[in-house]
Amino acid sequence: MKKRLATVSLAGCFGCHMSFLDIDERILDLVQLVEFDKSPFNDFKKFTQHCDIALIEGGCCNEENVRTLQEFRANCDILVAVGQCAIMGGLPVMRNAIMHSNDPLRECLEEAYNDSDYVYNPTNEIPNDPALPLLLDKVYNCTEVVKIDYQIPGCPPSGDTLWYALVALLKGNPYELPSELIKYD
Amino acid sequence: MEEKKRRLFVKQSCEKFKNSRFRLLDILWEIQNGLGGIEGPVMEQVGKLIGVSRVHVEGLVTFYAFFSDRILGKIIIRLCDDIVDQFFGLDKIIEVFSEELGIKPGQTSLDGRFSFELTPSIGMSDQAPAALINDVVFPKLTPGSVKKIIRQLKEGVPVFKVDDTCGDGNNASALIHSSVMNNIRHTGKVILSDSFLPEKGLERCLNLNPAEVIKEMKDSGLRGGGGAGFPSGLKWELARKAEAEKRHVICNADEGELGTFKDRVLLTERAPMMVEGMTIAAYAIGSSEGIIYLRAEYAYLRPWLENILEKRRDTNLLGKDILGKTGFHFDIRIQLGAGAYICGEESALICSCEGLRGEPRIRPPFPVEKGYMGQPTIVNNVETFCCAARIFEKGFDWFSNIGTDKSAGTKLLSVSGDCKKTGIYELAYGTAVADLLEMAEAHDTAIVQIGGASGEMIGRIDFNRKICFEDLATSGSVMVFNSQRNVLKIVDSFLKFFIDESCGYCTPCRVGNVFLRERIQKVMHGDANHSDLDYLRQLSNLIIKTSRCGLGNASPKPVLSSLEHFPIVYASHLHEPREGLQRQFNIQKALEESRRIAKRRSMIYDPVYYDTN
Repeated sequence: MKKRLATVSLAGCFGCHMSFLDIDERILDLVQLVEFDKSPFNDFKKFTQHCDIALIEGGCCNEENVRTLQEFRANCDILVAVGQCAIMGGLPVMRNAIMHSNDPLRECLEEAYNDSDYVYNPTNEIPNDPALPLLLDKVYNCTEVVKIDYQIPGCPPSGDTLWYALVALLKGNPYELPSELIKYD
Repeated sequence: MEEKKRRLFVKQSCEKFKNSRFRLLDILWEIQNGLGGIEGPVMEQVGKLIGVSRVHVEGLVTFYAFFSDRILGKIIIRLCDDIVDQFFGLDKIIEVFSEELGIKPGQTSLDGRFSFELTPSIGMSDQAPAALINDVVFPKLTPGSVKKIIRQLKEGVPVFKVDDTCGDGNNASALIHSSVMNNIRHTGKVILSDSFLPEKGLERCLNLNPAEVIKEMKDSGLRGGGGAGFPSGLKWELARKAEAEKRHVICNADEGELGTFKDRVLLTERAPMMVEGMTIAAYAIGSSEGIIYLRAEYAYLRPWLENILEKRRDTNLLGKDILGKTGFHFDIRIQLGAGAYICGEESALICSCEGLRGEPRIRPPFPVEKGYMGQPTIVNNVETFCCAARIFEKGFDWFSNIGTDKSAGTKLLSVSGDCKKTGIYELAYGTAVADLLEMAEAHDTAIVQIGGASGEMIGRIDFNRKICFEDLATSGSVMVFNSQRNVLKIVDSFLKFFIDESCGYCTPCRVGNVFLRERIQKVMHGDANHSDLDYLRQLSNLIIKTSRCGLGNASPKPVLSSLEHFPIVYASHLHEPREGLQRQFNIQKALEESRRIAKRRSMIYDPVYYDTN
């Protein structure tokens, strides 16, 4: 039976998803192995049923990320953190460095929308539409919020890396990647 | 002090030590004591005078805990914050100090009279909680006594006159005059026995040739008393064999290991014996210069030691042609440390003697080949030198018959914590932990930490293990904890100590220990699951493998040791994630700041008003 696969991009740049598309024509092989459920690839907004595997890109920077991640945990058996943002927080986590301030979040917003020399914002307003999810006090990586089963490092992991890792997981084979695929220095 | 006077004072301080950069530690002591601190312009001036960069000077000032780059108060209170002190009411004592002085730890009062600081181990664990006020030790503090002390200090009573009581033994002598107690609970055959005949060993040595002295030393089976247990005779032989014009003998009196205080007692009661041992060593390896590296916490013993050295010079036991042996010259100077745990490591200690930051050197070359000033150097513990004197008095076979096969002689154990009779026990190697506990009248003991923070933490099941190099090696520290004490709190306290003492040179030690402590605290708060224990093990092994020196090799020991001997304590704190959600993640807390800034509630995580009403 085909496994059900879901994917999501939280506080990430969609780079890992783009990289996933680099598996090129192998996507034809992949659809022989899996059925896509909730994912940006097919634009399913909701889970249709319980899934076997989920690929998570990005960490959590706002409440909506947290809810989505918790939803994935509840609806999928295996969560795979894909890429640096999901594993360590990645670029977004740099805002956690504003930790010596009394009000780090406000300082972050001021810097982004007012104080920076490269911002043109004559009204000095910080976006605060009720439709915008609230930001978290800092950026959390996925492991800090839910239990994560596997991690695929990279920024982004290459199409080959993702392909080999996913196939190994689907077939229950040992996860052995040649070092050139996971060595980044 | 005005600018001109200050510059003159700094100039004189440097001249006192001949503007030598190798005596920078002494120069900085002089300035710290005179000016109350070593500020930027002073560092610059010192650098110019002795011919090093300002950064070099600043490196020392910031490395050593007893130096300060800002001006401290006239009266500096350093309260010991070891785990033993914590278990004996440290919090209350800190509170009383803060209340009476109006300053928190780390601060200086506005009138510039008082500075209040917390410091690790001052070697008074048997009479905790204890504090150093300037040079003077105030053991066994209680909230009442603290109030009394501060009141007197505020009235202007000089620090050394505040506490008029005197301890036992030489503590009562005019040169020490301290209320510290020796607390010698058990005297063994070798060091603390009364049967010692001074200078007999030295006289006998001088009739032998150095090679014979080294041979006897090797045959005695004596191993270093500082913890590592390197055969002393072999060390002497290696130093003798190394080709050089000059060789050095250094006595390591920098016991910084948490919970040890044996050297304090030896320096008080057996200093002549130790110096005799050093003299024998000097004769054996062919050295004419010796150094006693005295830890800053024991500065109150310095006049006493200087006096002993002076007396020995007068009686031709030090100096030229000692005891009529032509050509055998030997003299000793005291180098005061400045509060760095790592200086107990021999190569770091040598750096410190040379007026550098106390950073361990890469080995080889070992100090016996290239040590102090690049010349062959032996560094031995206070206890080791005492044993040496005794070995030559009584004969090596007498000595090697005491103890076990591979650990000859006796060991001084510093027992502290939850037992009635804390203090010094001199016991033959091979004594079981249980026997020691019985002697110390420790009931309801659950945890024994052998060998200080970097040693082993054992539980009841291991109390029949023996204290010797074959089984439980130790520097002498034995901390006893009863069943009410929290293992994790002890581990956490040790890690804090290592984080503070890490010199920051290599990343595994500087960063790794912080991560270890974070994870231990996660366990303490009940937020951890079993994978966190795997992480602790992996990270510990990584730190041990990749650190540059012994501090990093030892710092994960409390974690590994407690994981091995107290798995149930860890297990009882673990919670597996419920439905895959991590316990420590609190969405309400994470949103608090955002709600305040956005001035609205969360659409996802806050209940809608009409839902609840």
